[in-house]
Amino acid sequence: MSIFVNEHTKVLVQGITGSEGTFHAEQCMAYGTKIVGGVTPGKGGSAHLGVPVFDTVREGVKQTGADASIIFVPPPFAADAVMEAADAGIRFIVCITEGIPTLDMVKVKEYISQRECRMIGPNCPGVISPGKCKLGIMPGFVHMPGCVGVISRSGTLTYEAVQQITDVKLGQSTCIGIGGDPIVGTTFVDALQAFQYDDETKGVVLIGEIGGSAEEEAAQYIQAEFNKPVVAFIAGKTAPPGKRMGHAGAIIAGGKGTATEKEAALKAAGIEVCESPAEIGERMAKLLNG
Amino acid sequence: MKIHEYQAKRILEKFDVPVPRGETANTPEEAEQIYKRLGTDVVVVKAQIHAGGRGKGGGVKLARSAAEARDFAKAMLGMKLVTHQTGPEGKEVLKVLIEEGLPIKQELYIGVVIDRASECPVVMACSEGGVEIEEVAFRSPEKILKAYVDRAVGFLPFQARRLAYGIGLKGKEAQGCASFLLKLYKAFESCDASLAEINPLVVTKDERVIALDAKINFDDNALFRHKDFPVLRDLSEEEPLEIEASKYDLNYIKLDGEVGCMVNGAGLAMATMDLVKLAGSMPANFLDVGGTASVERVAAAFRILMSDPNVKAVLVNIFGGIVRCDRVAGGIIEAMKHVEVKVPVVTRLQGTNAAEARELLNQSDFPFLVAEGLAEAANKVVQSLK
Repeated sequence: MSIFVNEHTKVLVQGITGSEGTFHAEQCMAYGTKIVGGVTPGKGGSAHLGVPVFDTVREGVKQTGADASIIFVPPPFAADAVMEAADAGIRFIVCITEGIPTLDMVKVKEYISQRECRMIGPNCPGVISPGKCKLGIMPGFVHMPGCVGVISRSGTLTYEAVQQITDVKLGQSTCIGIGGDPIVGTTFVDALQAFQYDDETKGVVLIGEIGGSAEEEAAQYIQAEFNKPVVAFIAGKTAPPGKRMGHAGAIIAGGKGTATEKEAALKAAGIEVCESPAEIGERMAKLLNG
Repeated sequence: MKIHEYQAKRILEKFDVPVPRGETANTPEEAEQIYKRLGTDVVVVKAQIHAGGRGKGGGVKLARSAAEARDFAKAMLGMKLVTHQTGPEGKEVLKVLIEEGLPIKQELYIGVVIDRASECPVVMACSEGGVEIEEVAFRSPEKILKAYVDRAVGFLPFQARRLAYGIGLKGKEAQGCASFLLKLYKAFESCDASLAEINPLVVTKDERVIALDAKINFDDNALFRHKDFPVLRDLSEEEPLEIEASKYDLNYIKLDGEVGCMVNGAGLAMATMDLVKLAGSMPANFLDVGGTASVERVAAAFRILMSDPNVKAVLVNIFGGIVRCDRVAGGIIEAMKHVEVKVPVVTRLQGTNAAEARELLNQSDFPFLVAEGLAEAANKVVQSLK
């Protein structure tokens, strides 16, 4: 098993005719993901990368039976794209777009909370269930089918951790980049809940960073309900307060959201916290292999 | 994006949020003229810098005559104002705001931010204003009242009234405060702000409710729909190297350490900085060169790192996922031909074609210190400092 996406997931690419959409749709297809169509308003009726293009998500779903979508739409239109997918009955939406206004995300959260769907991102690398389905922009080859679930707020740091987990021969069940924005569709807790009931997942790597309190909430949930080993790393111990470290969400504001606070909360919940990002793979291996 | 107090107040005025009458002065003479125009006995002269805590540093003064207004403005303009938010070097004051003095009865606190945990805006009110709100939050958190904004219907009048009564206001003052809160929220939402803070909000002896101070930060991601905001940016408030970096779409933040860091991806960049500290030194910067790491961007990144005299060594850490490492290595080697780099450079490229990349770097004319592992790279760069 895996969570969220598998070999049966049928995917529409929103923004498939753009350069980002084209490049990554091709990469996903090459990995084996079932891309069944794309959506670009105004280009309905044409074909791109060998799949049909539709004007609306609703039409795409009707014609292809797609149940997932991946979004490469520019920031001013991305929130609308997510809500369009939710309205069309897409159950799993991955939004790669970086730069969506926070107040747009407030509306999106309200909209999708009224519908049967899960959203990942925005500003994220996406989701991959190795060997089954890649719904994102991550390099497929660093992954290996296996038993570790990965949840992360960042991109390349996740690939780094994934590489380490592959190097210690554990492999991954599903890797989820939840995104670097202040408001995201799926939080650490949401993803942990899904991993809790996945038999294939034996342990979870959680990669957090400064800003907000998502890691503290994860710590609370893990302590109360999660029964699999967790290894965590928090990036940004050397980050100064008040400065946005690349991600819109990575900022220490009003003295809150420091790496030290997050590490303390995670440790108090009995979670293995890595001081160095170089030891994530080894620590997980030690926990799972004894 | 941050703006000045006087800019925030001009924006609030457009939403009918009550602010004191006032004008800005760039010279002492202008300050004198403004005193005369305002026509009140007392005026407030306020230094316009982005940092808070200006009063304690001598950046806020009461003037009781045109001559006094001129003298305070003269003292402030050009001074390096030091507050707890500026750092020891301070910020140069280039503009002062002169405002009418008000008969203050009470000082309150109002703030609007996005609450990340509940994923909606939250409006906060506190009966203690004019002080550090973080201190109040620490000392007596129960004094800060919060109203979470419903994502479907927005901030409602009853929530505004509940906050106003909750912080102890009565009658006309409570009505004034509730109306103030609704207008402030409207401004917050319309401007795509990430923060709107009024500290203090004052109640005057004649029962008016007015924003004595105002701070607004904009959501950078929403600037595309506010074409009139970019001109409010004050480059003199920003680090010159950070401005230079933004021209190349590089995400750079200057820090105080010795190891210049060049990384692709914000999370990995922070993690790399943390590794430098673990290895025994401190990072000189945060620098995300982005996913592609092309020759132009790498060269620009090296130029920026080399402009920081504190940089004694450089650590390049690139995870080549979609982009191939050998191509990145080629870019780094090419960049060295365009930028004079006199300090040791440790390179660590991981991912697609990493071995080929190491080979290229080892064979190049520049004496790169090539590393394979993450911890190894950090140790190598710290050793190179000795």
